[in-house]
Amino acid sequence: MNFIAELKMIAKGLLARKGRSFLTILGIVIGVAGVIIIISLGAGAQSLVLGQVTKLGSNLLSVQPGKSNEKGPPAQAFGIVVTSLTTADADALRDPGRVPHAAALNALVRGTTTVTWGSRTIDTNFVGTDSYYSQVINFNMAEGQFFGQQEGEGNANVVVLGSSVADSLFGNSGVDPVGQIIKVKAASQTEAGGVPLRIIGVVEKRGSSFFQDQDDQIFLPLAIGQQQLLGIHYLQAINIKVDSADHVSQTIDDVTSVLRQQHHVKTNTDVDFTVRNIADAVSLLTTITNALSLFLTAMAAIALVVGGVGILNIMLVTVAERTREIGLRKAVGATNKAVRNQFLFEAATVTFLGGIVGIIVGAVISFLASLLMHKLGYDWAFVISPLSVVLAAGVSVLTGVIFGLYPAFKAAKLNPIDALRYE
Amino acid sequence: MALIHAVNLKKDYVNGDVVTPVLKGVSFDIAAGEFVAIMGPSGSGKSTLMHILGFLDRPTGGKFEFEGQDTAEFDDDRLAQIRNERVGFVFQAFNLLPRTTVLDNVKLPLVYNRGKKTDQTAAARQALEAVGLSHRLDFYTNQISGGEKQRVAIARALVNDPAVIFADEPTGNLDSKSGGAVMKILQDLNDAGRTIILVTHELDTAEHAKRIMRIRDGQLVGDEPVRKRKLASLERDLAK
Repeated sequence: MNFIAELKMIAKGLLARKGRSFLTILGIVIGVAGVIIIISLGAGAQSLVLGQVTKLGSNLLSVQPGKSNEKGPPAQAFGIVVTSLTTADADALRDPGRVPHAAALNALVRGTTTVTWGSRTIDTNFVGTDSYYSQVINFNMAEGQFFGQQEGEGNANVVVLGSSVADSLFGNSGVDPVGQIIKVKAASQTEAGGVPLRIIGVVEKRGSSFFQDQDDQIFLPLAIGQQQLLGIHYLQAINIKVDSADHVSQTIDDVTSVLRQQHHVKTNTDVDFTVRNIADAVSLLTTITNALSLFLTAMAAIALVVGGVGILNIMLVTVAERTREIGLRKAVGATNKAVRNQFLFEAATVTFLGGIVGIIVGAVISFLASLLMHKLGYDWAFVISPLSVVLAAGVSVLTGVIFGLYPAFKAAKLNPIDALRYE
Repeated sequence: MALIHAVNLKKDYVNGDVVTPVLKGVSFDIAAGEFVAIMGPSGSGKSTLMHILGFLDRPTGGKFEFEGQDTAEFDDDRLAQIRNERVGFVFQAFNLLPRTTVLDNVKLPLVYNRGKKTDQTAAARQALEAVGLSHRLDFYTNQISGGEKQRVAIARALVNDPAVIFADEPTGNLDSKSGGAVMKILQDLNDAGRTIILVTHELDTAEHAKRIMRIRDGQLVGDEPVRKRKLASLERDLAK
């Protein structure tokens, strides 16, 4: 069969029934666009996570109070308050004789807070920590400096602002934040007032990591956070930076044995803390995103099947409508195979067109999503892998062939006279 | 050797337990170069006979030899090949492809002609010239008159240079003038040596042929040459 002539015929047929053609390919368009979007977003999420790991450093450990399954979420996620982690633990872990590969270590508590400067008030998050924070986490100061050992351990009334907090409080006031006094109180505290703290530095813009805006927070000395804002005496986490990635697992063992001694733990069931490393967190996140994209891919596959059933339906209608044409083609010498191939080819062409439209729609939506993620401060890469395009195009053609088979065989089996007589 | 040699041809239609005999055993020969009209009232079995002779249907009994070959052994692909290369059809309802040009319609049989490497456009142009439609090549089939449509159909039947052309009530949907032009073309083709088998229920149309086979109730009731043959008007419907 003449390929170009056949394509022209199909194109004319499709254009003659624009509305129906559009509806026919809609299912395929949705399915293919879904596949493209899912694969693209998956790749974007992966690049985001990898980027954050390199930003934070993969040799970072976090000790959290409460026992939890290695692969599961921490106990706090279920609202359980565990008070067993203390500053004494942090001090014990700082002993280079007991944990030789800990390059730096900081203890911390977190919470929400209301910050007031003059007439301006905003709600934000606070991190109560010690001076070692700046050694554990990689970041730069926009101005001023992070609190030193004296201020941190001495419970000085100082505070360091994240960049977006500084913008909200001081933006277009023309006042240099450094040196100003702000009042900080726990968000739950309703009466006016709060702890007056002097701003000594502003952190450079860091963007988001692990779905938390790193710029929308303030840093203050640990004891102020514990005693004056939260009213607690325990720690919520200890971060440890290991001197090299090779020593991560050894350091986990060291930290575990020190804490077991500190907490007088005898059996494994009594362990009341969890040591996590960033690599584990990443693999947990990857597991979740993989499961999610598998699920979404299944949804896209369902859309493709539904689209395929649409094709099946329309092709059956087309075969019925063109019964006389089929009869004529047979009368002038078309074999059963030629008729079958014509309809298979037509179904595959229609779904291929749907696939192309779907790829374009999917790419545009993925691109818009990446723009949005950039706006939200994530370092999100827009990736359309050639493999996903080939896969989507292939799957759409395959859908056409599979769901076109039955109508095509039905057309091929038509008796030429019955077909010619059909009204 | 006869072009068509039919012995006791039968066709029964089976619908559940009901068997309806449509052809009850007809025997005849048709030689190459003849112009035969198969005539009979509707329901007589004349169309069924034409479908069998044109390889669109198979007989349920009897023997049908075509160009000396027994057709009982032919499979579907062989039948398709014969329909493509050895016979041409002209139908009452024209059966042209919509949204397609005159030229492409005439090319259609060539598209299914594997093996033969011909210049399809040249062959189609030549067939259209034979029916006087050289000026309509690029027209779409919905832009031409009924008479012109039937002439396109004749050109399509001619394009593969078949041994026989079957015309099933070719003037049934046409006014007398256009019908006359179509019959004139068929007679000219026969004069040039082409075998024509015409199916009709009108004596007036049948008398354009050279021989009339009368069918009634599935049986051949008459088979004789036309004594006073009608010649279609020389005036062709080429106006417009």
